[in-house]
Amino acid sequence: MWPFFHKLGSPPWLYGISGTILRWLLPITLFALVVGAVWGLLYTSPDFRQGNSYRIIYVHVPAAVVALAGYYLMAIAGAVNLIWRMKMADVAMKAAAPVGAAFTFIALFSGSIWGKPTWGTWWVWDARITSMLILLFLYLGVVALYEAFDNKEAAGKACAVLSLVGMVNIPIIYKSVDWWYSLHQPASIKFTGESSIDSSMLYPLLLMIGAFYALFTCCLLLNMRAELLQREARTQWVKKLASAQGNL
Amino acid sequence: MYFDSLNAVITMAGHGVYVWSVYLLTVLVIAGALIVPARRSKRILRQLAADQKRTQNLQPGTTGKSR
Repeated sequence: MWPFFHKLGSPPWLYGISGTILRWLLPITLFALVVGAVWGLLYTSPDFRQGNSYRIIYVHVPAAVVALAGYYLMAIAGAVNLIWRMKMADVAMKAAAPVGAAFTFIALFSGSIWGKPTWGTWWVWDARITSMLILLFLYLGVVALYEAFDNKEAAGKACAVLSLVGMVNIPIIYKSVDWWYSLHQPASIKFTGESSIDSSMLYPLLLMIGAFYALFTCCLLLNMRAELLQREARTQWVKKLASAQGNL
Repeated sequence: MYFDSLNAVITMAGHGVYVWSVYLLTVLVIAGALIVPARRSKRILRQLAADQKRTQNLQPGTTGKSR
């Protein structure tokens, strides 16, 4: 166990292993995304009430699920950095913020476009939608706060505190559809009890959720690698990488 | 396949414009989220390689003293 954590703290090891993971994970992810999208777009029947507009679900729900999971990851990485001063946790946290913002943005605009044919409006200040907008601002806030500090250590601490305070928003997002019953429908997929979605629609949706998790991982690793190179620019292993690149 | 013609796939009984714009925008955001960090890594390495070349070219002049 401990040797693993020791390695996890080593930038060259992390850079190498993330490269190996990406070589496999990225093609698989892109393939799963294409399969899931084609399945959802062309091979499922339309919703009996919403018609074909419901096909947006295969982007909207996975993006929203992963946007929330990404926030957990960012806040936990921030906490690890605060408590154990683990530098790689700070790298993970900084890398997660723009990726989470991108997924939250996908969830918001797909929901907005879905709202037009379904609810007759692009936007309402519904509790779920508003709390997701706050999530986007929290992600962007972390990105901006990092840039605002010259001292990277202080930036990491401030961002960790911001993301931990922002955790308050997460249960609000989950519970918003039950607490304030307005336009946004409650969850269709339940871990306990019967899901209120037909299995012919559920399977492509689950595939897309899995693919979006994998996609988040790929984006996160790519951002971490760039961050590692920048922070370690003066070290021997990065210099070696650069000279190998220069000789190409 | 659910639809019976390419035209039906595109129009989706009036919902095509909403569905396809969502998928198009999503592809663009995903592409950006993958390409931006990958290019940043490349740029950093290229910059470092250029710096190394520059310092190597300076070497002959500076090593003269040590001999």
